Amino acid sequence: MIEGFSHEELVKGKFMDKVTSLDQALENIHDGATIMLGGFAGVGAPLKTIDKLVEIGVKDLTVIAVVNAYPGQDFGIALLFKSHLVKKLITSHSGTCQIALDQYANGEIEIEYFPMGTFIEKIRAGGAGLGGVLTATGLGTLVEEGKEKLTVQGKEYLLELPLRADYAFIKGYRGDKYGNIQYRGVALNSNPIMATAGDCTVAEVNEIVDVGSVQPNSVGTPSVFVQAVVQGHPFENHKKIYTDLWLRSKQIK
Amino acid sequence: MEAREMIARRAAIELSDGHVVNLGYGVPTAVANYLPANVELILQSENGCLLFGPTPNLGDEDPDVANAGAQPISLMPGAAVFDLATSFSIIRGGYVDATVLGALEVDQEGNIANWAMPLAPGKLAPGMGGAMDLLVGARKVVATLLHSSKRGSKILKRCHLPITAKGVVDVIITEKAVFEVTRDGLVLTEIIEGLTVDDIRSITEADFVVAENVGLYQLSS
Repeated sequence: MIEGFSHEELVKGKFMDKVTSLDQALENIHDGATIMLGGFAGVGAPLKTIDKLVEIGVKDLTVIAVVNAYPGQDFGIALLFKSHLVKKLITSHSGTCQIALDQYANGEIEIEYFPMGTFIEKIRAGGAGLGGVLTATGLGTLVEEGKEKLTVQGKEYLLELPLRADYAFIKGYRGDKYGNIQYRGVALNSNPIMATAGDCTVAEVNEIVDVGSVQPNSVGTPSVFVQAVVQGHPFENHKKIYTDLWLRSKQIK
Repeated sequence: MEAREMIARRAAIELSDGHVVNLGYGVPTAVANYLPANVELILQSENGCLLFGPTPNLGDEDPDVANAGAQPISLMPGAAVFDLATSFSIIRGGYVDATVLGALEVDQEGNIANWAMPLAPGKLAPGMGGAMDLLVGARKVVATLLHSSKRGSKILKRCHLPITAKGVVDVIITEKAVFEVTRDGLVLTEIIEGLTVDDIRSITEADFVVAENVGLYQLSS
C-alpha cells in the first residue's frame, strides 16, 4: 500500500471521505514509479493530474497508457514526454506523439508494445486477482517472443501476464466522497479497468457530488477501487478544452 | 479518379447491410462515404462505441464523444458506449463481421504487415493498436493498399516487415486490382480498365492464378 493511504488509516474512518487535493494525493509519488493513465489519445484523460505530475517533476516514470497522446499537440501525456519525465512507455500504439518517438529513437525511453485487446486484459487480470490471460492475438508475430504458449482444447494461445501499477490515474465525470465514479461517453475507455489495477487509484472528476447523487446503476467504478477523488476541470471548462483542441487541430469547423 | 477514392469505393462493395464493421485509419474510414443507399452499417470504434455517425458541426461537439483517433463524432439513435474490455470482447470475440484495414504489405499466404517499421535499429513504431485483435477476430478481413511503392510490389511472396497477423486476409484491394485470398493462394478477380493480366503480373511479386470469370474493377455495386 502507498504511504498515506494505509489500511490502518482507512479503518480509522478515512475511507468515508476520499476527496483530497492533487498535492496531497501525489505527496508520496517517487521517481521511478509505474503509473497508469486513463484516456484514449487524450479523450477521457486526467488532464489536471498530468499537469500536476509535470509541476512536481517526478521522473523516470514507467507510463502505462493504451495509446499515445492526442496527435500533433502539446496535450495530455505529450506533456510528460516534453518534460522528459518518462523512462518507459507500455502501450499498444506510440505513433501519435513525435516527442516520444524521438526519445525512443535516441534511446532516452523504452517502449513495450502489447496488442490493445491484450493490454486491457492484462490490466483487468492485474486488478481482478487473476494469474494471467490466454489470447490468440499476436501468435505468429513478434508479440509472441519470450512468452509461453499454451494449447487448450486443441487451440494455441499466448500466456500474457497481469499488469499493475503503483498509481492508476483515471478520469471520471462525477465522483462522490466514498469514491464511487460515474463515467460519461467514450471517456470510459481504459479508465474503469485501470481503476482496479493501481495500488493507489486517484480519480479526477469534473464534478464532486454528494453521496447518493451517483445512482447505484450509474456507478462505473465502485468506491472500493478508489483511494483518492480529486477535482478536475469543471464540466464547462472541460467542454471548452476539447472544443478548443478540435478547432486548433482543425477537426471541427 | 484518385487512387484513394477508387480503393474506398471498391472496398465499400465488400460490406453488407446490417454488418458490424470496424474501419481502420486512413483510406478505410472513407469507405463509409461510398455505401449504397440500401446498405447501413453498424460502425464500431475500438475506443468504445457502436453506431457512430459523422463529424458534428461546431456547437454539437461533445468532449466525451470521439473516435479512436480522438476526432469528434456523433452518436446515432441506438448507439452504445462501453469500456475497452467490452470493446475488445466485440473485436476478439468474433462480433465484428468485417474490417477494412490499410496494409503496408500483404503476401500470397494471406499475411498482412501494417504495424511496425524500423524507427532506428531495434526500434519499431508505431505499434499495432487494435489491429492484431481485429485481424484475428473479424470474420472478413479486407486489406487495402497501393499496388506498388517506389521499391516495387507491395503484394509479395512473403512480407518483409513484421507481420500483424498470419493468414487472415480474405480480400486484397489496390487501385489496380482485386485479389481473393484462398487456401491455395491468391486469385486475381478484377482489373481496372486499361490494364491486362500481364500488366498486373509485371507489377505483382506474389504468385497468383486468374479467376475464370476475371472482370472489370467495380466502382459501385
